[in-house]
Amino acid sequence: MIMRGELITPENDLVDRTVYNGLYTMHGTIMLFMFIFPVLNGLNNLLIPTMIGAPDMAFPRLNAVAFWLVPIFGVILISSFLLPGGPANSGWWSYPPVSTQNPLGNLVSGEGMWLTAVALSGVSSIMGAVNFVTTIIRMRAPGMTFFRMPIFIWTAWAAQSLQLIGLPALTGGAIMLLFDLVVGTSFFQPDGGGDPVLYQHFFWFYSHPAVYVIILPVFGIFSELFSAHSRKPLFGYAFVALASFAIVFLGLIVWVHHFFPSGVPEWMRNLFMVTTMLISVPTGVKVFAWLATIWGGKLRLNTPMLFSLGGLFNFVFAGVTGIMLATVPIDIHVNNTYFVVGHFHYVIYGAAVMGIYAAIYHWFPKFTGRMYYEGLGKLHFFLTFIGTNLNFFPMHPLGLMGMPRRVSSYDPEFTFWNVVASLGSFLLGVSIIPFLINMISSWVRGPQAPQNPWNAIGLEWLLPSPPPAENFEENVPTVISGPYGYGTGKPLVENQSAYENQSLLEA
Amino acid sequence: MESTGTHHNQGMHANHNLTGFIIFLCSESVIFLAFFSGYALLKLNALDWLPHGVEGLEWQTPLINTFVLVSSSGTIYLAERQMARHNVWGFRGWWLATMALGGYFLWGQAVEWSGLKFGFTSGTFGGTFYLLTGFHGLHVLTGVLLMALMLGKSFIPNNYKGGEQGIQATSLFWHFVDVIWIILFVLIYVWQRS
Repeated sequence: MIMRGELITPENDLVDRTVYNGLYTMHGTIMLFMFIFPVLNGLNNLLIPTMIGAPDMAFPRLNAVAFWLVPIFGVILISSFLLPGGPANSGWWSYPPVSTQNPLGNLVSGEGMWLTAVALSGVSSIMGAVNFVTTIIRMRAPGMTFFRMPIFIWTAWAAQSLQLIGLPALTGGAIMLLFDLVVGTSFFQPDGGGDPVLYQHFFWFYSHPAVYVIILPVFGIFSELFSAHSRKPLFGYAFVALASFAIVFLGLIVWVHHFFPSGVPEWMRNLFMVTTMLISVPTGVKVFAWLATIWGGKLRLNTPMLFSLGGLFNFVFAGVTGIMLATVPIDIHVNNTYFVVGHFHYVIYGAAVMGIYAAIYHWFPKFTGRMYYEGLGKLHFFLTFIGTNLNFFPMHPLGLMGMPRRVSSYDPEFTFWNVVASLGSFLLGVSIIPFLINMISSWVRGPQAPQNPWNAIGLEWLLPSPPPAENFEENVPTVISGPYGYGTGKPLVENQSAYENQSLLEA
Repeated sequence: MESTGTHHNQGMHANHNLTGFIIFLCSESVIFLAFFSGYALLKLNALDWLPHGVEGLEWQTPLINTFVLVSSSGTIYLAERQMARHNVWGFRGWWLATMALGGYFLWGQAVEWSGLKFGFTSGTFGGTFYLLTGFHGLHVLTGVLLMALMLGKSFIPNNYKGGEQGIQATSLFWHFVDVIWIILFVLIYVWQRS
């Protein structure tokens, strides 16, 4: 993020253009495959077993392999900066025929390294997804039926199903592109009879659902937190749960909206415009359910709740621009401008990253056994929220004015909004400082956390903080009611007080 | 905070293997779906599909291969039946027969490849042909290796007290490879005129 911010400020060249091309390509790839996905998988690894009362994941060894692939492809990706031709610089989507050019003729090129890394990350994510889904299907605590699962489990399941369906297509596409680049085949090379648009289909068949892979668990986090910190049951639990799979289904049939201008037939454009708009229905169901949950609740405005509220605000904004983009005429007008960049940064940073921060603060006491510092947390929130909006809002007017994305120099009329955006990005860079200080210092010497600092309902809160290596071990509780019984007085599990007391003694 | 707990309750774990494997196969089928649809799209849109000097594909050898692979799905089923009746030697016999058929298939594929007049880089036809048959062949090879592993495991005493999941998974994988081949055969060898 900082790297990006430094580039937008100067009107002309701080770095030269090829380097800028390499930077935005790597920014997208690194943020997606090496930041958001690993962080979400980390959350899944902590939360899924504890929330469903399993001792561990179904396949611990597979899990370890999937984990260690992350640093391996990370090194491959980053080391491509050191190659003579520099890193891959055809954008994070790596469209042919641009991406199949290899001007220096080296066997090992930045693009080749990029494709290898992407294919490896695909393999790692598929392994992870097999593991998560098996764990959720087979290892739930007795009495935890599907409709007694926390929403986070539902959304994790939905997101991992998307990984399973979508990723093989991207991995297949990446392998074919790699062959085009290295061996000289012509799957996507127009001069050999190949079809570059085919690659776009492969790429977006996965990469559109990838957005839902990121945002679905965040929906789960919002559902948990809004309910717990408003002290009310989640409104319309069954609808929120099922909407996750409605999003999976619709998310798989909207991919063409990413390349309306690429010579796509008219019927396809209209079809995908409609499916894209339809997806706002299940999403809207969730948004209204959260609003109804917060409405009239006893809100506790602590750091995790603030982050959730801020994330929801940004998400609604992104949803509005999303509908605008779904419309074919508008899309063609603003395609490849900053409007698109603004839209997806609101989703990814404004909603997803804020949601992830919310989750980190919410479950930090559980997994470290220490409380974080509330003041620093709130400072972090305000810096992030203001920074996000300052950084990404100006991209919308810029896009409507016609500023294209992926350029390092621009017309002077765009200066004002660019300066604002750059200020925002510096603010975002600064916002990480209180977060890091907070995490490290409170992990080392923060006050001891009680078993259940938020009085939240859920199996994980019946474990001591931090939980023992195998969670409940043989002593798994039997679930007897739904997950969000706030204010109803219904216990979650049989013999609940035994679990509460036992862990208090241990702590 | 659960990273190292690998040693508990193996029986319970074995139970998940089949579920996990089925999920994996569903995912795996999507990559073939992607390759198949890519093949069909490229072929439908191609101006001249076959590379210069290539008339078409010879289909007798692949047809024999198809029979071999389909019958190997039968033999692996018989092997599983023997296992269910706890007849370990019967299992090993049918299992070996399946492996032999799989090996024959690979050999036939290699013979076909070596007789072809076009290469991997001969336009989209050559590219997709070798990609599809090669990727499928890799799966056949994996299947044969998995079977060898299971055969070796069958000699470990007391390995089959509720632990036949590996055999079931291998068999499932083999049927999967078989079905993929039938689709592939229809797409590449039967559908030659565009």
